[in-house]
Amino acid sequence: MSKSFFVDTTLCTACRGCQVACKQWHNLPAEKTQNRGSFQNPADLSFSTYKLVRMNEAVVDGQLKWLFFPDQCRHCLEPPCEATAGDPGAIYSDPATGAVIYTAATKGLGNIDDVIESCPYNIPRQAPDGTLAKCDMCLDRVQNGLQPACVTTCPTGAMNFGERDEILALAKNRLEVVKKKYPQATLLDPEDIRVVFLVSYAPQTYHEFAVASNGSFNMTRQVALRRMLKPFTGLISRLV
Amino acid sequence: MTNHWIDLKNADVILIMGSNAAENHPISFKWVTEAQKNGSTLISVDPRFTRTSSKADIYAPLRSGTDIPFLGGMIKYILDNKLYHEEYVLNYTNAAFIVGDAFGFSDGLFVGYDEKKRSYDKSKWAFALDDNGVPKRDPSLKNPRCVFNLLKKHYDRYTPKRVSEVTGTTEAQLLEIYKTYGATGKPDKSATIMYAMGWTQHTVGVQNIRTMAIIQQLLGNMGIAGGGVNALRGESNVQGSTDQALLFHLLPGYLPMPSASIESLAAYNANFTPKSNDPRSANWWQNRPKYVTSLLKSFFGDKATAENDFGFGWLPKLDDGKSYSWLDLFDSMYEGKFKGFFAWGQNPACSGANSGKTRKALAKLDWMVNVNLFDNETGSFWKGPGMDPAKVKTEVFMLPACVSVEKEGSITNSGRWMQWRYRGPKPLGDSRPDGDIIVELGLKLKELYTKGGTYPDPILNLKWDYMTDHQFDAHKVAKEINGYWLKDKTIGDVTYKAGSLVPSFALLQADGSTSAGNWLYTASYTDKGNMAARRGQEDAPNNIGLYPGFAWCWPVNRRIIYNRASCDPKGQPYNPKRWVVKWDTEAKKWVGDVPDGPWPPLQNPDGSLNEAGRYAFIMTKEGHSQLYGPGLNDGPFPEHYEPLECPVEKNVFGKLLLNPTAPVYGSDADAHFTCDPRFPYVCTTYRVAEHWQTGLMTRPQPWLLELQPQMFVEISEELAKLRGITNGERVKVASARGAVECTAMVTKRFKPFKISGTVVHEVGIPWHFGWRWPESGKEESANLLTPSTGDPNTRIPESKAFMVNVAKI
Repeated sequence: MSKSFFVDTTLCTACRGCQVACKQWHNLPAEKTQNRGSFQNPADLSFSTYKLVRMNEAVVDGQLKWLFFPDQCRHCLEPPCEATAGDPGAIYSDPATGAVIYTAATKGLGNIDDVIESCPYNIPRQAPDGTLAKCDMCLDRVQNGLQPACVTTCPTGAMNFGERDEILALAKNRLEVVKKKYPQATLLDPEDIRVVFLVSYAPQTYHEFAVASNGSFNMTRQVALRRMLKPFTGLISRLV
Repeated sequence: MTNHWIDLKNADVILIMGSNAAENHPISFKWVTEAQKNGSTLISVDPRFTRTSSKADIYAPLRSGTDIPFLGGMIKYILDNKLYHEEYVLNYTNAAFIVGDAFGFSDGLFVGYDEKKRSYDKSKWAFALDDNGVPKRDPSLKNPRCVFNLLKKHYDRYTPKRVSEVTGTTEAQLLEIYKTYGATGKPDKSATIMYAMGWTQHTVGVQNIRTMAIIQQLLGNMGIAGGGVNALRGESNVQGSTDQALLFHLLPGYLPMPSASIESLAAYNANFTPKSNDPRSANWWQNRPKYVTSLLKSFFGDKATAENDFGFGWLPKLDDGKSYSWLDLFDSMYEGKFKGFFAWGQNPACSGANSGKTRKALAKLDWMVNVNLFDNETGSFWKGPGMDPAKVKTEVFMLPACVSVEKEGSITNSGRWMQWRYRGPKPLGDSRPDGDIIVELGLKLKELYTKGGTYPDPILNLKWDYMTDHQFDAHKVAKEINGYWLKDKTIGDVTYKAGSLVPSFALLQADGSTSAGNWLYTASYTDKGNMAARRGQEDAPNNIGLYPGFAWCWPVNRRIIYNRASCDPKGQPYNPKRWVVKWDTEAKKWVGDVPDGPWPPLQNPDGSLNEAGRYAFIMTKEGHSQLYGPGLNDGPFPEHYEPLECPVEKNVFGKLLLNPTAPVYGSDADAHFTCDPRFPYVCTTYRVAEHWQTGLMTRPQPWLLELQPQMFVEISEELAKLRGITNGERVKVASARGAVECTAMVTKRFKPFKISGTVVHEVGIPWHFGWRWPESGKEESANLLTPSTGDPNTRIPESKAFMVNVAKI
């Protein structure tokens, strides 16, 4: 039942239906934004924005590209944030789907800066009261047989969701096809995360944190220690 | 659309030009994406690199207002390199027709021009006729006066070098696109065009589309799967409103609106019913009298009789030669020439060209009724920027309408699909469906006219029975549009009972025995039920995505029109893999899509002539598609003219700068300048994915305003440097008619053009904003800048190309 997303950026038109659908499903307030000289808005993820289509103009091989990257939590297979927090009441992985879930108890985490720092993709965002928030895989929808809101709303098929093995197969098949046109195309960290992006060019052209920085998944001693305790934390998370 | 949305997936090449489908028709991109996955090539041509361009295989910019040179060059390329589909061109287009001796063209002007009237005598453009009154033809295409050779001559001037000088597109880019698109002239290849307001909103709007239609005819791309000329409509029901004649010059079903000099139904029919002397031309419009009588019976019921001309005299008439378009109405209102105005489901204070003039015009009224979902810039114009409420006499009434999901009824989408929608929630508060407001208004008018009034007959005789239990009944109206048998009638061996619904427009009668509110929709709601409400999931046998049992499509559920042309003269498909229709020689009938008429193909299987066959293009008088189109107001071949405001002093192609038939208005609010140093930059307007129309439904929506919070102007890095503008700062964009504050978006996606050796900058602005919301009141409408001029055929305003300045505040 382990789930994953496949985000095919070659099909993304940045209509931003996903961004709005996410807010609608989670009933998140709009941010008061300004036009900053870009179509991309809000400027960044926030406590009220879990999904953000990043838009970047880049010149690749002398040709203009407008690259779109529908950013969100990657739901790591071994989430550094979960390990760093060390409190399954605050951050846990849903055993059925693999969704990494933040609860209201994140407010009480003593090492919240470390938790944020531990994310290789710069995802967690804090409310003024200290609570952390991010994409929750629309776990309530998924548990009721629906797709995440961002996937349902996507008109082009850029956003896909399903069983992990099927999604990985889909991603690999699509990569083979896309490579014929874009030889540099790659899947980003497919073995480590549940939100697998397909990009046509170097990942950093899309977004600074598109791909985990080198060594992100190399564990610190502290994390390794917690990992040893994982069977227990997993058990606790199921009881929460 | 001649085709439909799903059919986009069948195209080998998709040209998106004059539209921005990824942003403004995002769902259509599902099918564009599908086509690309199947290996098709996507071409994006746009002054600005858009979200559509970001997905294209080939992108090329062009200066706004130069589509005819761009496409005219393609016509030349196709002809020079013999890429056209020869058999198709010869059999289905008017390429072989001989044009009469009177026709000519020189220095940018066709013969027959009257400078005083700013119009042409079109009789000079007629075909040469034989003794039977049928156009003469030369199938060898050798006659220098045949359409094919005149076409060749006309576009011989559109060389890549000249085109490049005008459009700013490089010759290499032009040739790459010409070659890619031109390659679909092969019989089994298809290419489609997706266009929208980027083509229509010009003084040459109709001719932009004509140019593309010529290309599609030459390549044999009309009537086939993955082909056609496809207009992406700007709202979900624009097609429906056009079909139902929300235009001043039409009655429902594209029947011409009579003018005052046409005094009887017989005169109307004589004037507007085309006659063909060629027995092989179906000339479908010969049926027009049946449709007009059925329409009059629908309007006036039993009051319409043969004796009183079926009430023809009660129809409103246009003054001869006078236009009543949007531009003309507001010009007239600005002159103080009328008293009252219903602004119904629209926001003219932001939506029409030269909105500053419109807002001033509204102040000249005695009263205005604003029927809308919310208050808007139109309803509140009297307290808007620059207005002194104490000095505005106009009394404004607001009638709250409910939103589409709160009522039942149909919409007709771009692909001509009529789709029934059920009501969701009940209307909120006191808001009501438009239908209720209209029928009650009609009843009140009838009540008032029974007490007297000038010429009450038309109102008193209106049938007006569209209510059930005192409420508007969408089903009654839908059935009325379809039409009824009004008397028992036997045709062949079938007897149709009075009171039953007419199953097809082929059965409508001119003797008053049928009614039809719109002949095109006859067959949409029959005794078999509401066809538009069908949700069948099965494809047709040809498996090209027609889904004939899903909703209903006019005419007679034909999903791809002109489909006879998808076959060779023997009725066998040019592309067997993606066939639309084909003639079953055993069963002696067409299979696949609903064909354009039941007649057999032009030839028998052995190649001999089939006398019963009909030409492919049944809606034209001659049965052939028109490479040469002598019916338009501005010429039988598209010719390049510059926009009313342009950055060049000379038209490379001829002596005239502006389309000689384009309307020009002379009020003090209609200033316009060309090559004026005060307004040096080309400006265009467009939409964004995140807002809708004038933004009335989207600006108050916080999630959407979050995405696009402010009016902006996109400018190139080069222009920003020139004007010392930094990204994100507020600037003023001004034209001869007004000024708007914008946030500067400095982008690589606009690039300066090289036009005839000089650098021309272009900028672009969205048109979704207005002072009423967001609450700052500073995000204003792009239409304060756009000029009052437009296309001479449709009078759609020229909002897509005009001149501005951009300056730091």
